[in-house]
Amino acid sequence: MLKLVVHRLGLGVLTLFAASALIFVGTEILPGDLASAILQNSATPESLAKLRLDLGLDRPAILRFFDWLFGALRGDFGHSLANGRDVLEEIAPRFANTMFLAAYAAIVAVPLAVGLGLLAAIRQGGVFDRLINLFTLMTISVPEYFLAYLLIKFVAVDLGWFPSLANVSPDSSFADRLYYAFLPMLTLVLVIVAHMMRMTRASVLSVMASPYIEMAILKGLTKSRIVVRHALPNALAPIIAVVALNLAYLIVGVVVVETVFVYPGLGQLMVDEVSKHDVPVVQACGLIFAATFILLNMTADILAILSNPRLRQPR
Amino acid sequence: MKKNAMRLFGYKVSIPAQIGIAVVAINLLVALLAPLIAPFDQATPVGDAWADPDAQHWLGLDNVGRDILSRLIYGARMSIGLSLIITALSFAIGVIAGFAASVAGGWVDQALSRLVDLLLWMPTLIFAFVVLSVLGSALPVLIVTIAVLDSTKVFRLARSVAMNIVSLEFVEAARLRGEGWWWIVTREILPNAVPPLTAEFGLRFCFTFLFIAALSFLGLGVQPPDADWGSMVKDYRDMINFGSAAPLYPAAAIATLTIGVNFVVDWMLSIHSRGQGEGA
Repeated sequence: MLKLVVHRLGLGVLTLFAASALIFVGTEILPGDLASAILQNSATPESLAKLRLDLGLDRPAILRFFDWLFGALRGDFGHSLANGRDVLEEIAPRFANTMFLAAYAAIVAVPLAVGLGLLAAIRQGGVFDRLINLFTLMTISVPEYFLAYLLIKFVAVDLGWFPSLANVSPDSSFADRLYYAFLPMLTLVLVIVAHMMRMTRASVLSVMASPYIEMAILKGLTKSRIVVRHALPNALAPIIAVVALNLAYLIVGVVVVETVFVYPGLGQLMVDEVSKHDVPVVQACGLIFAATFILLNMTADILAILSNPRLRQPR
Repeated sequence: MKKNAMRLFGYKVSIPAQIGIAVVAINLLVALLAPLIAPFDQATPVGDAWADPDAQHWLGLDNVGRDILSRLIYGARMSIGLSLIITALSFAIGVIAGFAASVAGGWVDQALSRLVDLLLWMPTLIFAFVVLSVLGSALPVLIVTIAVLDSTKVFRLARSVAMNIVSLEFVEAARLRGEGWWWIVTREILPNAVPPLTAEFGLRFCFTFLFIAALSFLGLGVQPPDADWGSMVKDYRDMINFGSAAPLYPAAAIATLTIGVNFVVDWMLSIHSRGQGEGA
């Protein structure tokens, strides 16, 4: 099992490296070069030459890639083209905000989804089960901003319970943050709960079809005891996988939700900087998002290996 | 089973599927006939900004006094048309590469598969951001970027479907007959790969459609003066704080079409899995 885990870790590191290369290549594939793309129409030969020198574009791409990558590993992402500020200083507080929102949503969503999924499995075919199915289909196909504006319209504007803008400031208290970020959190929860719940239900039900469950039924155990004590442990691996997948999705889905609620997170920053062609900031944000995404997926795989009883014994 | 259930091409059509087909058909018609249906022009102001709905302007006027209903109708054209073009392109790339990988095998397959694995590890939205930050959001850039990113998913399905078909006897027979690879791909593999690929087309369309709408909503997709549903949500978003439901109309249009297409895809998949025993 240790071998499997180490193998998976190695693969994760390799993927991270590949993803960083991809992010770098993504900015190299343009016709012309970065300097002319940044300056667009305002380019003069002099300003172009100066910017090329500033960006170090006179050096081969492969060297620049490793400079950038090793810089990033030390926390040096270069300087913003828009305002010359250090990229790390720019993104660090934003990243903390984004992680706060994602964690907030995850803490609410995961227990809710697993609980409702189990309930749906216990009451399979019942009214509750059907309602959940319908609700899931709705939230899966509906874009995040539709849910977000529905919530703003009814909960924030009509009822006035929560603010429609989540512009938390660095000195907001923890309670304030929870309050301001409530609607963004709720939107994210609605988006990810459905999928997790459905997968929980499906994997529990597939275990319920196995002979040892039949044995438990014949012993006369109650339905809920069978589901929770007998079926759930064996259904855990796929549930963990889908939870991690949804948390990874959360990291990306956060971009849209942050924009809707004007929440000062990394996603909102990235969107702003993309339209300003501020490549160093975009690269840094992209690298952080991609790394979080890959790390979460890797953790999921490793947890799945660890939670699989068949892999626990050394062969 | 009801005796008098509705049938289409000899298949029973469930209630959700009927709703889905109706929604898709209405949307396509509106998109095709936009200039005939729309009561006003999409780009010309016809009254005061944010005028309330009345008998002439059913949904009211927008931030520069344009008729919201007309913009919704023209927006259907942009949103649906663009998504169809992108999905078609991504299918062309993905299916050709996937079939090539399965027929050629060996290093071609290895190289293509590893490249696709790599792209699949990146969150699509984030990678699109990186490319758009350099190239800007012109329509051709959007089309090619999203099509290439999305073709990785098509590639995976096309390859696995083709792999299953390639190993069957009739392909072996064609090879022994001395048919070239072109014959094998177009006459042996393609006809058998159509059912799973059609359902996938619906799903990829939904994905592309939501993706383009999200980009436009973030201001990085379709640029003004062109209107699509995503950018309409963005343009009208501030009005929500004044009690107007304006951003909800285009957002609801996006949601309805996506749900409709999903209903149709579910139905197609259920037909397919009944016919062949195994789903795609």
